[in-house]
Amino acid sequence: MGLRVGIDLVSIDAVEQSIRIHSARYLRRVYTSREVRDCRAPDGAPDPRRLAGCFAAKEAALKVLGVDDEAVPWQSIEVHNDRLGSPSIELTGAAERLARRRGVTDLDLSITHEGPLAAAIVVARVRDEC
Amino acid sequence: MLSADARIEIRRVIREHARLPVDVDTLDDGADLFAAGMTSHASVNLMLALEDAFDLEFPDRMLTRGVFESVGAIGDAIAELTPSADGNLPLNGGGA
Repeated sequence: MGLRVGIDLVSIDAVEQSIRIHSARYLRRVYTSREVRDCRAPDGAPDPRRLAGCFAAKEAALKVLGVDDEAVPWQSIEVHNDRLGSPSIELTGAAERLARRRGVTDLDLSITHEGPLAAAIVVARVRDEC
Repeated sequence: MLSADARIEIRRVIREHARLPVDVDTLDDGADLFAAGMTSHASVNLMLALEDAFDLEFPDRMLTRGVFESVGAIGDAIAELTPSADGNLPLNGGGA
């Protein structure tokens, strides 16, 4: 069993711009309804800072999965937050099938924000022969 | 085969939404947009803007890096999704 690491960095401003230009369609195509609900600001509006962290987590997970040119919809990688705010990842559909094929298990996630950027790191176990 | 107007429209959408650090017109149709500086998040914006411009929706099976990696690849995908297979622009002109 080996380890694999994926990392991604996202501009919060870019996410804010996507919400402004594409509004609900951007949210619907990229995030699950649970993520949209969890990434709301106190006033109920989508929070670009938290969504940027979520997007970075999805891209970091794609790197861990070793996506080449497979179609893996963003919603098949869902970011959860527990009561204390610790994030975790759940794979479904195409992402789950790819993880099984590639022998990727036990994904763990960390997200951080600093100034205009959000970053995420995903670590996972990978079967040696994969 | 995409029309010349459709190819011009693809380049306009890339220029406005892909956040490239270079002018897309300095890139040929086969140039890798990710290698030219397009981020994965910018590729989402590009996808949504292309859907607006060409009045279509990319299905899940086309949500791959390869579909959005070059002007030519985008043109091939749009040709496949456009009923007339020539990427003709919708009547509204597809402006952003």
